[in-house]
Parts: sequence; structure tokens; C-alpha cells
Amino acid sequence: MGTITSAAKGTPTGSRKLVDMNWDPITRIVGSLGIFTKIDFDNRQVAECHSTSSIFRGYSIFMKGKDPRDAHFITSRICGICGDNHATCATYAQNMAFGVRPPAMAEWIVNLGEAAEYMFDHNIFQDNLVGVDFCEQMVKETNPGVYAKAEKTTAPGANLHGYRTIADIMKALNPFVGSFYREALQMSRMTREMFCLMEGRHVHPSTLYPGGVGTVPTVQLFTDYLVRLMKYVEFMKKVVPLHDDLFDFFYEALPGYEKVGQRRVLLACWGSFNNPAVCDYSYKKMTEWGRAMYVTPGVVVDDKLVTSDLVDINLNIRILLGSSYYDGWENSEKFVQKDPLGNPVDQNHPWNQTTIPRPQKRDFGGKYTWVMSPRWLDKRTGDHLALDTGGGPIARLWATALAGLVDNGYVKSTGRSVKMYLPKTMSLPEVEFEWKIPKWSNAIERDRARTYFQVYAASCALYFVEQALAELHAGRTKTWSEFTVPQEAIGCGFHEAVRGVLSHHVVIRDGKIANYHPYPPTPWNANPRDVYGTPGPYEDAVQNTPIFEENGPDKFKGIDIMRAVRSFDPCLPCGVHMYLGNGKVLETHHSPMFGQHA
Amino acid sequence: MTPEAVPYGRKTQKPSPVPDIHILWITAGLGCDGDSVSITAATQPSIEDVLLGAIPGLPRVHLHNPVLAYENGDDFLKFWYQAEQGKLEPFVLVVEGSIPNEKIKKQGYWAALGTDPKSGQPITTNEWIDRLTPKALAVVACGTCATYGGIHAMQGNPTGAMGLADYLGWGWKSKAGLPIVNVPGCPVQPDNFMETLLYLLYQVAGLAPMIPLDDQLRPLWLFGKTVHDGCDRAGYYEQGDFAEVYGSPKCIVKLGCWGPVVNCNVPKRGWMAGIGGCPNVGGICIGCTMPGFPDKFMPFMDEPPGAKVSAAAISVYGKTIRTLRSFTNDTVNKEPKWRHTGTELTTGYRPGTY
Repeated sequence: MGTITSAAKGTPTGSRKLVDMNWDPITRIVGSLGIFTKIDFDNRQVAECHSTSSIFRGYSIFMKGKDPRDAHFITSRICGICGDNHATCATYAQNMAFGVRPPAMAEWIVNLGEAAEYMFDHNIFQDNLVGVDFCEQMVKETNPGVYAKAEKTTAPGANLHGYRTIADIMKALNPFVGSFYREALQMSRMTREMFCLMEGRHVHPSTLYPGGVGTVPTVQLFTDYLVRLMKYVEFMKKVVPLHDDLFDFFYEALPGYEKVGQRRVLLACWGSFNNPAVCDYSYKKMTEWGRAMYVTPGVVVDDKLVTSDLVDINLNIRILLGSSYYDGWENSEKFVQKDPLGNPVDQNHPWNQTTIPRPQKRDFGGKYTWVMSPRWLDKRTGDHLALDTGGGPIARLWATALAGLVDNGYVKSTGRSVKMYLPKTMSLPEVEFEWKIPKWSNAIERDRARTYFQVYAASCALYFVEQALAELHAGRTKTWSEFTVPQEAIGCGFHEAVRGVLSHHVVIRDGKIANYHPYPPTPWNANPRDVYGTPGPYEDAVQNTPIFEENGPDKFKGIDIMRAVRSFDPCLPCGVHMYLGNGKVLETHHSPMFGQHA
Repeated sequence: MTPEAVPYGRKTQKPSPVPDIHILWITAGLGCDGDSVSITAATQPSIEDVLLGAIPGLPRVHLHNPVLAYENGDDFLKFWYQAEQGKLEPFVLVVEGSIPNEKIKKQGYWAALGTDPKSGQPITTNEWIDRLTPKALAVVACGTCATYGGIHAMQGNPTGAMGLADYLGWGWKSKAGLPIVNVPGCPVQPDNFMETLLYLLYQVAGLAPMIPLDDQLRPLWLFGKTVHDGCDRAGYYEQGDFAEVYGSPKCIVKLGCWGPVVNCNVPKRGWMAGIGGCPNVGGICIGCTMPGFPDKFMPFMDEPPGAKVSAAAISVYGKTIRTLRSFTNDTVNKEPKWRHTGTELTTGYRPGTY
């Protein structure tokens, strides 16, 4: 059975005066997203919400019959900001299918590249895209009262980050002209240089292969990386207190702000950073090497770690329809009856999915999106859970904290928190940051976790540089293991794209791809109501979000909705449009003025 | 300022005859936004150099790109409507992502941006291109999807995707007489794009002649040489010393590198700040700047057909090799035949549902 995963916080809509407020496209995300809301201005709440996608490309269709070695080159092109996460995940699936284990040096190089990707991507999204929602210009336009308060509020961390008041932080975030905005943009280039050292090109890597990497490990390679990393470490020592000050201020200035974007704690993390000492890519040992990852995989429901077992995670993925522009595949071929451990594999599992597109008119009472509805079957209850990634970091930190497995001298999971160590830098002493499990899964905590995960990635990178240099000094410089492509095989890869869970499932027949299904984070977050009527996480989180914006319908910018949606770090090439509301309309406004939505 | 304090250099600095120019950037093709993300990595010039007036002689530039814009929704789309009505003059239109064929099906959409206020249905990307291209001073296709179709126009694709020139016609000219300017790359190399844009802004300001393009509409100075011409591993090639395993510092042509026949400057320029690239750092060239990408280069990890001949004959380097290469180069400079307009889907995919 399905389950309505939103907390019971709604009120009947029958007698409310609802106003249509539409924003299409939502900017400062990757891809085209539209938001259509019905807002109850009297009660200052978003009333209803649907989510819909604007593009279809058909990867799983055109990959059929292609050479399985090409999968990572092709799937990288799914996403223009985390394409390398796809390429990496595809090589993981290839490694399993081809039965090949890359040399340790290759794993350290990939981990260093992926760490740089997290450092870059969270940084540019947080400070150049999300940050604008918290900048002086935006806050003045939406909540002048809050800005006035910010001018009078001294920033507690001023001695660490150099901005005297909260308003000074907001000014520094103004797009292009703000000093911190420009510093962050510059930093996002340096971290991409680090990425290019390891993976060749950003965002579609050139040096990744099944079996390892083509990158040549040299003293120069790791030195060039390390000196840049240490500059980033120094930068983060200022960024963490800066964001803590800014986010704490919003709770203080707007009591009740914790409700914005809040939903039940239903978090998914598929794990990141393989440990080459344990990971052999065999399915049979996946439980063991999954738990050895430096970001622990896990499903977190109501602050409980339901599982950290990748086999369990894998087998219970279900791809549902209900509101999507596809025909069902119940009568299509079942490619995989049992996994290599003998467990039955469901027809709605990605290994068995067949994509049958049926383009049609958008109808919010019926089909309204190109996104399918991925769910995770909770065997304890039989519920198909609409897990979200919270934009990635909050789920990664939460799962890693609860599992208590990671402890490598730079990051340490305590069971209730994650501690991260940053050594001395040019002008600042060593620092330990601690991310503690928050009270809510909401917009502010998703954003805050992003900052802390930037530190997590940097701390891990310090460990990976040490490990890579140890290999180099020992003369173990091989970066690639040979393999042959089997005629028949299956494989799966689990990874964390920057904004959350990523899986690739491949079936090989006659040496060619017979079936291939990538599941990136945005389908998990941005999906529509499924066949059981369960709304997707955006729909759920935005629905009933309280409105704190001071503007009425005439000048309404929807800033609280924007903050709720952007906290998930939407990445639309994964395919989303957001559409809120199809209830009774008493009044229709368009934001700001172009055309009337009939 | 007193007259004598006016720096003599002031005489050389003239305000642009066109004081303001808008850049409308559509990312809503079948793409990944990787080209928009890419340009945020550019430093020669950087996006802020251009927007904040750090380059002399340019008009004031107003960028409308969804990845970076402050505005949302109709606040953002108003520039699109103004451009359509001829009220946003002049503007350069940048298109990112491949152009789907919306005519191969009865209803629905493959790619869209915004909602039609009358029908409540999405406005297709193709509709925007139809509305805006007649009004644009120049049209730039950014990245291989928009230039030639790219990955989403692969054999077997369900959308009938193609490049912008396939959609508008290869002889298309803007109202100012400019052909489409193609800056391929998957994604586009950051500085290659910003440098091309800067050239066009100079041209608008009357500071540069017509942009020189090759027959695939690429800027000549960026795409006139091959990957191999600029690769620092070419020395190994010339000595016939080839890598047998990935991770070797030698020439990787036998491992799948198509560098000798691919028009691209990345090994020479690096990916950003001179760092990274493709064969120069151990990544096989998969031809991602080319009209024939990806189909004519797959399977990527096999040795290219021409490589063996030229590698074996390397000691008689000369006319024969050049002829062979030019033959292959011609082939990979042509798109596959299924990228076209019309109502037929000829990619090999047979839909039963549309």
C-alpha cells in the first residue's frame, strides 16, 4: 500500500480564498522549473502543490544496444553540474558488470575528483544561487522589517568571517556586486581546477574509465591539488560561521521559520567515496564495502536508521507511475528475476524497467510530468516511502552520523553528530566543526547542512591526498585494471550526486546494453503523486509552507516558497517542473504581470 | 577634473555606439545546462568581467540566463516577451541544448520554457526559437547539443533531436546578416565560449570585422586545428610510442583517442586556467566538438579505424597520412542523416505510443 508521507498539517481547502501565484521558470537552479501555487493569503499558507517536468530526452531508450563501455561517457551528459557523478556511478556499475577492481590509486584519484566536485558545486549553489534568496536586495524587497533588524543585529561570528552585522553579510551576497558572492564564484573556479586535475574536464570528465582512470599520478598532480585544497580549507573556516550566523538569524527574526519547507524526516543517502581496501565491486560483498564508504549509505525515517545495507537499499527501490507521461511496463520483459544473491527482483525495480514515453497534454487532474515516482519500499510497514535527499548534504550527514561507522582521522561519526577536522592554514589555526542532527528536516537545515558538507568533503580530501601520496611514494602508480566485457551480466552503481542519491542499473546481453536506468536525486525529490496518491517530496514540503513574506498578492515574490524549493538544490536536467495547485480558484493573479492563467 | 588632468588615453577610449545590449540565453533545449555552468568557470574573460564593464569599449551587457538570474518567473520571462515584441533591441540569442522535433507526435512536448497564458500548456523551446530568432542581432549555438545535436541526437533517440542549424537551415542569417555562430564542445570549453561572445560584442561595438567562421560555422581561430596538433603527447605519436594501458603518459591513440581528426583546441588550451583537458591528461578524445558526435566515434574505447594505418605508417609521415586523415575528418565533420526537420522520426526508434 501507499502512504501519505506529509505530516497531517493541512486544513480543508473548501472555504478558503485561494490565489493562483505562478513562477515559470524558477531561476538560479540548473534546468527549467516552474512553480504554480495556490496561496491562502488570509492564513498565510501555501495551499496546494503539484510538481512537473519540462524536458524529456530518453537516455534509457537511446542507450539500448550500445557498447556498455560507453555508458559513463554517455550518462555524464545527463547533468551539466554533476555529470561527473553520473560518470563515476556508471563506472561503478561497469566495474560490477565487468568484474573488475581498479587499483587503489585510481580510487583515491576518483575520490579526490568527487570531493572537489562537492566542494565546487555546493559552494556555487549555496553562495551564488541560493545565497541570492538571502541577499540584501531580496530581503529588502520581501521582508523590509527583517532587513531593518539585520542592520541592528551584530553577527556573532564577526571576528571569524569579518562581516560586522547580519545586514553586512546580506550585502556581501548581492549578485555580482557583493564581495562574498564574487569571492565564492572565484573559489568555485579553483575547486574546479582541483577537479580537472583528477578527472580532466569539468563537468564531463575525460579520464574516467571502467577499471580505473587515465590520470597520471605524479608528485606534481597531488601537490597542485593540495595547495588549492588548503586555500579552500581556509575559506571554509570563515564560511561556516558566516552561514551559521545568517541561518540562525532567520529563526530569530522570523519565529516559526522552521516550518518553511519542512517535511517528515524521510531521507535517503546511497553512500560516497569507496574504500579501495574493501571495495571489490562484487554484488555479493556489497553490504560490506557499502558500509566501508567514507559517506555511509542509509535510509533515515523519523530519525531512525532503517538500513545501511546497499543490498537492502537496492532491492527495495520501486519506480512507480501515476501522474507521469509513460505507459506501464507490467507486460514488458523482466530482465532480472533474481539478484546475484538469489533475492527476487521486482518488476518495478530499475533493472526491470522499460521506458515507454507517451507525450500528451499537461493535465493536473491526470498526467502532468515527465518525472516518474521513485519510492523505497519499507518492509516493516509495506509503505512506498517518498524519500527525499534534502539536496544531498543533510541526508549524507544524517545517515553517516547515525551509522557511527566513519572514523579516518579527519572525519568522525559519533552516532548523533559528525565531527570534522581542518588543520592550520596560512592565517587561521586548526578547527574542528561538528554537525549535529537538527530538530527538523526543513529549508534552513538543508541549507546549513550544505555548508557543513563542504567541510566534510574538504576533510575527506585531506585524507585522500595522504593515501594517494602513500601509494605514490610506495611506487604503486598503476591506475587501471584490464577487463573484458562479458556477453551476459548485470551491474549496479551507488553513489551520491552532489544533490543526493544516484544509482545506475545496467543489464548486458550479447555484449551490448539491453537495459540501463539511471536514477539521479531530482526524480526522488521532484516527482509527482504516485499511483497510491502519495505526493513527491517537493509537493509535500511546499504544501502548507507558511508565508512570511511581507508583500501582499500585488508584489508577492514567493520568497519563502523559493527558499523551500531551492533548499533541495533542484537540478532540472534530471527533469522537473513544479506545479502547485489545482483547487478552487476564486482569484487569479500572475506574478508579476504577464498574461492570465486561465 | 581639470582639463590637463584628463589622461591622454581618454582619446583612445570611445563609448560603444551601441550603449546597451541584452543577451537572452535559452537553456531549455534538450541539454544538461552544462554550458551555462561551464561559462561560470571562464576567466578569459570571466562573466563578471563582461557584466561589470571590466573590458574597454564594450556596450553595457545585460545577461538573462536562467541559471544566474536574480528574477524568477514572469519577472524573468518579461525580457523574452519584450524581445519577441521588438522592445529589447539589440539582443544576442544564445541557444543551449539540442532542438527536439515536436512534429513527430500528435500532442505534448519534449522541451519547454514557461507556460502559455492562454492555453495553460507549456511553451515549447522550438516556439521560442521561432519567435526570437527573427528579432536577434546574432544567434549563438552554445555547446555540441545546440550546434549539431550531440548526445541527445544519438541513433535510436525518441525525440528526433537536431542542431540549431539543422532546425533553422544552414544558410540562415540574422537580420544583421550574421550566420549562426556555433561554439561546440560537450560541454563548451569555458574560455572558448566567452572569447567568442566577447568577439561578437566587439563586432557590435564596431571594433571588429565579421567573425571568421568555417563551413561548420565554428570560429576559425578556435577550431582550425586538430586535437593532435595541440597535444603535448604528439611527440610519442611521432616516435610511434603508444600507450597500451590507461594511465600511461604516452600517446593514447590506440586506446580510443580520435585526436588526429577532431577540430578542437582543448589540449593546447587546457580546460580551465591551463589545467586539465583530454588526451594531454590521459582522457581519450571522443570527438565531442564534432558534427558526427557521438555516433561516428562509438564505441569510444576502441581504436579509431584510421589510427592503425597512420600509426603504422608513421615513418613515412607525409602526404598519404594527411590524405587519409582529411578523408576521416570530412566524415566526422558531417552529422548523421537522421537529424532533420519534418514529421518523420528516422533515428531507428519506433514508438508505439505517439
